[in-house]
Amino acid sequence: MANEVDARGLLCPEPVLMTKRVLDNITGGTVQVLVSNMAARENVTRLAENKGWRVEASQQGEDFLLVLNK
Amino acid sequence: MSKQRMLLIAAGGSIGVLAVVLVALGNPANMGYCIACFLRDITGGLGFHRAAPVQYLRPEIPGLVLGAFLASLATREFKTVGGSSTFTRFILGFTAMIGMLVFLGCPLRAVLRLAGGDLNAAVGLVGLAAGVYIGIIFLKSGFTLGRAVPQSQGNGYLFPALMAGVLVLLFAKPAFVFFSAEGPGSMKAPVLIALAAGLVVGVLAQRSRLCMVGGIRDLIFFRDGHLLYGFGAIFVAALLGNLVMGSFNPGFAGQPVAHTDGLWNFLGMTLAGWASVLLGGCPLRQLVAGAEGNTDSAVTILGLLAGAAVAHNFGLAASPQGVPVAGQVAVILGLAAVFAIAVVNRPAVVTGGVSIGK
Repeated sequence: MANEVDARGLLCPEPVLMTKRVLDNITGGTVQVLVSNMAARENVTRLAENKGWRVEASQQGEDFLLVLNK
Repeated sequence: MSKQRMLLIAAGGSIGVLAVVLVALGNPANMGYCIACFLRDITGGLGFHRAAPVQYLRPEIPGLVLGAFLASLATREFKTVGGSSTFTRFILGFTAMIGMLVFLGCPLRAVLRLAGGDLNAAVGLVGLAAGVYIGIIFLKSGFTLGRAVPQSQGNGYLFPALMAGVLVLLFAKPAFVFFSAEGPGSMKAPVLIALAAGLVVGVLAQRSRLCMVGGIRDLIFFRDGHLLYGFGAIFVAALLGNLVMGSFNPGFAGQPVAHTDGLWNFLGMTLAGWASVLLGGCPLRQLVAGAEGNTDSAVTILGLLAGAAVAHNFGLAASPQGVPVAGQVAVILGLAAVFAIAVVNRPAVVTGGVSIGK
């Protein structure tokens, strides 16, 4: 459960910062990130892709679920 | 190059060109677009401050909000949320405006001023970056204003409706609104062109997530220069435009709607940058977020308006003659207020209250 980031309702940069804290401490695996707005979705995706993670996004109710894999 | 980046460069380039065009058509020099100045003019136009030279219901602002609103509706991104330390955001907006009116411009106008050769703006931009850097230190130590939660959809329509109301007043010209007879407030591009330019900028800013403060923030914080492409595109397009129009005049002295007091140009923008980074974005971004249904951002805009009213009613705002002592005191008090807000909103303090999230 450590690899889940709940950034719902937060404005950037907090979702990116929370995701970065997780990604900086692991070398691979799966990380799930929940965000509420498109700006956060795009920014978290950009961070993850820059760090070599694959990102799959899906709508989950009002929010977006980003599944990061490496 | 990614689609997002091309969009960002297109948005920045268009804003830079439009800013030069709006000046050529009548807006004050190096003020084709300025969120702080135009909100200040609207505050005066509604009579909430009585500084006669800066009163006008600038159509660029409601145009921007309505453009972003329509774009967010069309892309189904409109979502009503709020409840993230709303009153604190009002105060941060208020203090940011004091800082911007001591510098004489928002981060967007700082770039436009620099593109016109106003080197005082470079001092301001360094101050802005310093403010962003201080804000990042607090973000790193856990600063948060907490989560926004979904609200009833109708609440999100109030802010765009308010802006539509400003447009109605602009066209109806009832007796209680004020339009400057002289000074910057009297200098304006034709209404319909300014409104159209606002709509275009609103759509582009919403689609591209352009943010002046975010650009500096992400570069320092994450070594991510993405948002700076927008910043850069505005600068390059406006610089080229000014060179073509013959309105590029490099120097410090005699710059339009600007003063040469470096210390207060620096500190004013430090205050604006620090407050903005805690808010999650520059005034432009707050307008767009408000248009997308973020009611916290809408209240932030009210904070900016209130800051403008106080700045001009109590003689805090700078003028080309310089920064009044009261304005200098206000910037120091503003920095103290932002510091206090930054300190008390760290998790060590917050966890004593309601637990949020996980």
